[in-house]
Amino acid sequence: MNGPDLDGSELARRLRDRDLAAAPAVLNLVESRSPEARAQTASLLAAVSPGQLGGEASAHIVGITGPPGVGKSSLLSRLVAAWRAQDRSVAVLAVDPTSRRSGGALLGDRARIEADPADRHVFIRSTAAGDRLGGLAPATRAAAGALAAAFDVVVIETVGVGQSETEVADLADTVAVVVQPGSGDVLQFLKAGIMEVPDVLVVTKADLGRIATRAQADLRAALRSLGEQETAVVAVSSVPPTSGIDRLVDALDAHWAGLDLPSRRLRARRMHALADFAAEHGERGLRVLGGRREAAKWLAEQDPGLDVPALTRALEQRLG
Amino acid sequence: MRTYAGHSDAKRSNELYRRNLEKGQTGLSVAFDLPTQTGYDPDHELARGEVGKVGVSIAHRGDMETLLFGIPLDQMNTSMTINATAAWLLGLYIVAAEEEGVPEEKLQGTTQNDILKEYLSRGTYAFPPGPSMRLIADTIAYTIEHVPKWNPINICSYHLQEAGATPVQEIAYAMSNAIAVLDAVRERVPQTLMGSVFGRISFFVNAGVRFVEEHAKVRAMAELWDELGRDRYAVEDGKHRRFRYGVQVNSLGLTEAQPENNVYRIALEALAVTLGRSARARAVQLPAWNEALGLPRPWDQQWSLRLQQILAYETDMLEYPDIFEGSKVMDGLVAEMIDGAREEMARVAELGGAVNAVDYMKASLVESHRERWRRIESGEQTVVGMNRFTSTEHSPLTAANDGSILRVDPQVESERRAAVELWRSERDQSAVDAALGELARVAREESENIMPATIAAARAGATTGEWSQTLRDAFGEYRAPTGVGEAAAVSSEQVAELREEVERVSEALGRRLKFLVGKPGLDGHSNGAEQIAVRARDAGMDVVYEGIRLTPSQIATSAAQEGVHVVGLSILSGSHAELIPSVLEALRQAGVEEIPVVVGGIIPEADAVQLREAGVAAVYTPKDWDLNQMMRDIVGLVAERNGIAAAA
Repeated sequence: MNGPDLDGSELARRLRDRDLAAAPAVLNLVESRSPEARAQTASLLAAVSPGQLGGEASAHIVGITGPPGVGKSSLLSRLVAAWRAQDRSVAVLAVDPTSRRSGGALLGDRARIEADPADRHVFIRSTAAGDRLGGLAPATRAAAGALAAAFDVVVIETVGVGQSETEVADLADTVAVVVQPGSGDVLQFLKAGIMEVPDVLVVTKADLGRIATRAQADLRAALRSLGEQETAVVAVSSVPPTSGIDRLVDALDAHWAGLDLPSRRLRARRMHALADFAAEHGERGLRVLGGRREAAKWLAEQDPGLDVPALTRALEQRLG
Repeated sequence: MRTYAGHSDAKRSNELYRRNLEKGQTGLSVAFDLPTQTGYDPDHELARGEVGKVGVSIAHRGDMETLLFGIPLDQMNTSMTINATAAWLLGLYIVAAEEEGVPEEKLQGTTQNDILKEYLSRGTYAFPPGPSMRLIADTIAYTIEHVPKWNPINICSYHLQEAGATPVQEIAYAMSNAIAVLDAVRERVPQTLMGSVFGRISFFVNAGVRFVEEHAKVRAMAELWDELGRDRYAVEDGKHRRFRYGVQVNSLGLTEAQPENNVYRIALEALAVTLGRSARARAVQLPAWNEALGLPRPWDQQWSLRLQQILAYETDMLEYPDIFEGSKVMDGLVAEMIDGAREEMARVAELGGAVNAVDYMKASLVESHRERWRRIESGEQTVVGMNRFTSTEHSPLTAANDGSILRVDPQVESERRAAVELWRSERDQSAVDAALGELARVAREESENIMPATIAAARAGATTGEWSQTLRDAFGEYRAPTGVGEAAAVSSEQVAELREEVERVSEALGRRLKFLVGKPGLDGHSNGAEQIAVRARDAGMDVVYEGIRLTPSQIATSAAQEGVHVVGLSILSGSHAELIPSVLEALRQAGVEEIPVVVGGIIPEADAVQLREAGVAAVYTPKDWDLNQMMRDIVGLVAERNGIAAAA
């Protein structure tokens, strides 16, 4: 049987004990939609909430996003290796851009991330994207929240710029947007304010030399004009001779160290609850609450100690 | 006239070659095993189960000398089917000849040396596209100067048709490939030599059973090639612009059902490339009738050779000038193909040329193949004995299940492991280290030619694995696109019922039925696995497909982490007996032995029995061509294993 392991609190106990081998069963559970599985997912999430853990889950939750073809997967291969060299365990939740046709999906992302199959400290799971490009599947939020209790680093990899970057920002502690030299999209989006400024900007294909240096300089200039000098811009090359990976690891760590983690995680939990509510009750449900913005405002006034299932229930109670 | 041959180790293959030469074969065509083709030594983890399987294992200069023992290299024309590691095998050949006192300028033969079709179809690549193109350009630049009678590259459209290419795609992608190669060489040799470079490029073409169309295809290629030489590369000598090609006729169309019919198919396909003199193949290789069943035996190969001899010596085909000259029908067909090919070539050029368009071409091929399969399944395209006229008398040719194919002695692999270890311990290690150090330096200097350092490493006693690893370190690892993501969905009525069943079972499972399609080992023939993956998606499953060349532990790790409900493995290289049990063991070690495993490939019934005994839930062979039926089985299997009741 490879069905869901229907005991959320037992899985939470294993995660709290840092039993990384629990990860596949956690994913099998949070992806399951049966009412019973959903109830168990709620008890899993409640059991890994800060109240139960005695503080925020210890993982660094990193979002990595960018347009297709910029080399996110090769970058991720190198990043995973660098984290492992520091003896940090890594879970990667790869959200595959392939849209669901006919209900089915081809998940090809896993193939592009190299990792030693014998290394039990690396976990990679691919899921199909939601209905929209870059949209997160509901299970991805729950999985990230749960795995953060056991792993040192939890990565959410998504495709796209704009919407996807925003959704990941609602969930991750640190968001890195990956761009390749010569493609002006991200630069234009930043300048036009379509895209929120990410925590770290990564320019790939640094082996291209001048074009990469130029891209880096352009991004820095754009950030200056937006008054965001603090944002790190790192150039990397993921193909031999690799370069910049350690600097990127440092930049991600530096952002995390400077973060007010409790307030970012609190916001993430509230956005998670809102997303779960919206997935269940749709736009109509949101309208009853006065729209997405109003609902978010209302959530911001609730008890900071509430876990995700409790927040979701609170929203649902307002439906009457 | 020659047959593609080689198996086990150098000594056994040498005996086979000498026997074939006695029977009237006029050249050698060397088949290498997959570890040699992908740059691994026989004792590497990925080589497990593959050593000596689909060809001979050559790990160093000593093996090459044994392989060629007693064969007069100054008179021999040797064709080597080798690509990613072509520069290395050519180096070994040059060094072996040198030992025999034959200087390199006297050597004649061909290295296949075409990397793009490896990404698109055959899968035995080792390095990323950019560095691979450089290796090709280096071997061409080197041979033009030092081994002038050598054909340094054989551009293969053959494998594109095997991957599903239509005639127009076959023409267009082969020509685009040639352009990428020639553009790279142009940067490495003076313009005065471009005429000879152009003249040394030959092609390896496929011929399918629609032999009128196929003949038009080769005529179209000849015309486009002439034009390309004249207009793009300013090749003045008409002789240099002649389209030279060899042929292996279609394997894709050969059937496992009533395999004796394949003999007729092969004969008709041979006509496609021999009938008209002005576009006649230089060399023809015919597959054996029972290729869809397993590796051919010497007798099967002899039967193929006789077909060529009958065509050449009994028929009157060679006595006439071009019999299609002035044919309006043929000219019209040719013009149509040229137009189509030009359009497709323009698309590839727009994407930045063949190297940059690998993803696009791969996706187009997967799509064409899917369409071809759809036509066969729906009965629009007839395949005699398979989807029509299927009732058959008992066949005396395949009566003995097991005896009718050649088996490689499993002993060979352990012998080869021991032999390469011995070789490493007996050579001058410091000379090898120095040679590999120099190779690494040259690899990083893009303007230098890789061949002199390669030949020096061969001479010093480096191994195939060491040469390749040195370059992997310099160039990086590469995984080719799978092409499955973009394939169009089949029409919904074809899979409607199936989809409902997948939905029902997914609902009962709690989450969507998830299927891992894996290709263990070095076998790169991924067309079958790709079609299965696409159909499973169309049926509504979540499909994890990671492409080729996976170790058993990679497959087991993916199965466990991805939480799949069923695993499908595809192997066409004949190494199922070793690899499948290894995957089952790896699944046990990963703690997910309950996930059912199904296997597809060229698997004799006797082996299938053994695999089922070892725990495989189902075994599929080329006769199971109805993909929907296979999907229904797989959904049923998942339902059964998870205690879900059968559909009402």
